[in-house]
Amino acid sequence: MTANVSLHRSFAIQLRVLRALMLREIITRFGRENLGVLWLIGEPMLFTLGVAGLWTLAGLRHSSAIPIVAFAVTGYSSVLMWRNSASRCGAALLQNKALLFHRNVRALDIFLTRIALEISGATSSFIVLGTIFTFIGWMPPPEDLVKVLAGWVMLAWFGTSLALTVGAGTSFSAVVERVWHPIAYLLFPLSGAAFMVDWLPTNLQKLVLLLPMVNGVELLREGWFGTVVRTHYDIGYMASFCLILSLVGLYLQWKADRRVDV
Amino acid sequence: MLSIEHVSKVYRTRHGLRTVLNDVSFQLEPGRHLGIVGRNGAGKSTLIRLIAGAERPTSGVIRRSMSVSWPLAFGGAFQTHLTGLDNLKFVCRVYGVDYRPLVPFVEEFTELGEYFREPVMHYSHGMLTRLAFALSMAIEFDCFLIDEAMVVGDVRFHERCHIELFQKRQDRAFILVTHEADVIKLYCKNASVLHDGSLIPFPTVDEAYDFYLATLATRPPDR
Repeated sequence: MTANVSLHRSFAIQLRVLRALMLREIITRFGRENLGVLWLIGEPMLFTLGVAGLWTLAGLRHSSAIPIVAFAVTGYSSVLMWRNSASRCGAALLQNKALLFHRNVRALDIFLTRIALEISGATSSFIVLGTIFTFIGWMPPPEDLVKVLAGWVMLAWFGTSLALTVGAGTSFSAVVERVWHPIAYLLFPLSGAAFMVDWLPTNLQKLVLLLPMVNGVELLREGWFGTVVRTHYDIGYMASFCLILSLVGLYLQWKADRRVDV
Repeated sequence: MLSIEHVSKVYRTRHGLRTVLNDVSFQLEPGRHLGIVGRNGAGKSTLIRLIAGAERPTSGVIRRSMSVSWPLAFGGAFQTHLTGLDNLKFVCRVYGVDYRPLVPFVEEFTELGEYFREPVMHYSHGMLTRLAFALSMAIEFDCFLIDEAMVVGDVRFHERCHIELFQKRQDRAFILVTHEADVIKLYCKNASVLHDGSLIPFPTVDEAYDFYLATLATRPPDR
């Protein structure tokens, strides 16, 4: 068998396993009662709507040019992108270890399944909410869809590499999962979801832009709101960060695969 | 051919490293039946997990040029919110098999009735065992890994398992791991004893069993 053929076969097996895991995970998580799989979109939508409502009530400081609902939808959807995959991957191994008895199911497959589900849920929720609010006039229509998409893809990349790292980390020590939750909690207010970098003093701007997701949210908002907002970001920096974190994540996955005992 | 080459497995425990398997090697040709006896804690299940590919050996290589099953009747991967049918579909998708032609066999074998389409969390222990065994039989393998756990259930189920496995599939290879020598005598020509992390082969089941009985008389291994 040539290397090419066996690579092709491995790829086919990989897709097969991911599909099986995906269908299994959907029924496991959302069940068949009431909305079923629609909860994949409904859950992040409810979160985003709740946050938008709270911020409106609290009269959060915001750039007068942007309606607060639009600010909340772009901000909180971004949080879902980088935070939820990692949180779901933290518990994935513990909950699914027994699946490794099927030789073609590897720990990486279990993580990729959860990441794909989180990303598709958050993305659908963002599209649905963005469309509805644009139609009823609570959000301006996006100025530059390419930039919105670019910001979104960057956030997805960051979320994926973070989730792979956290997920693999749990196979080395349970401490990783425990520590991840407080870290995620503390990162939320710093993540750029609830502020624009431009509102901060210059020295703080540099500091907060070290957090990769802040760059992604800024790009996303520049795409949606255009020149109404002043944005600050460095996508080269964010891409380098994501690339390194992806490599770290994949390396840890490779190490983890060798040491996960069921 | 299944080839186990110098396989060792070391676990990290709170009391330091513990070697469960130490340089185990053997080969199994298609259609051959190997019995492995060993006392509790000898590493039998560890060996099965390694051969199944659920865990990786610390050192050594396992080569499989025939398809090898997951540990037979292993029910641990059942997700309690899924129905029996969901679990069949999942296993079939993982192994790239169409589940539809298999539904009648699984329904008939498990005798689950309408429970086949109910979540597994409502199943009795016996129902779970029957489902686990039926799923193992639903996917065809060249080599089956049989842990002693399958020797449970009532007499009728027990008999049906033996017909499915040892009569209908007697042309397949299998590795039967147990501490009951009688089962091995029925189906295997040779047997090995797993003792202190080493696998010791014997030409006949009787010799293996004599050795095994002798090891029982000694102090249990330090753990």
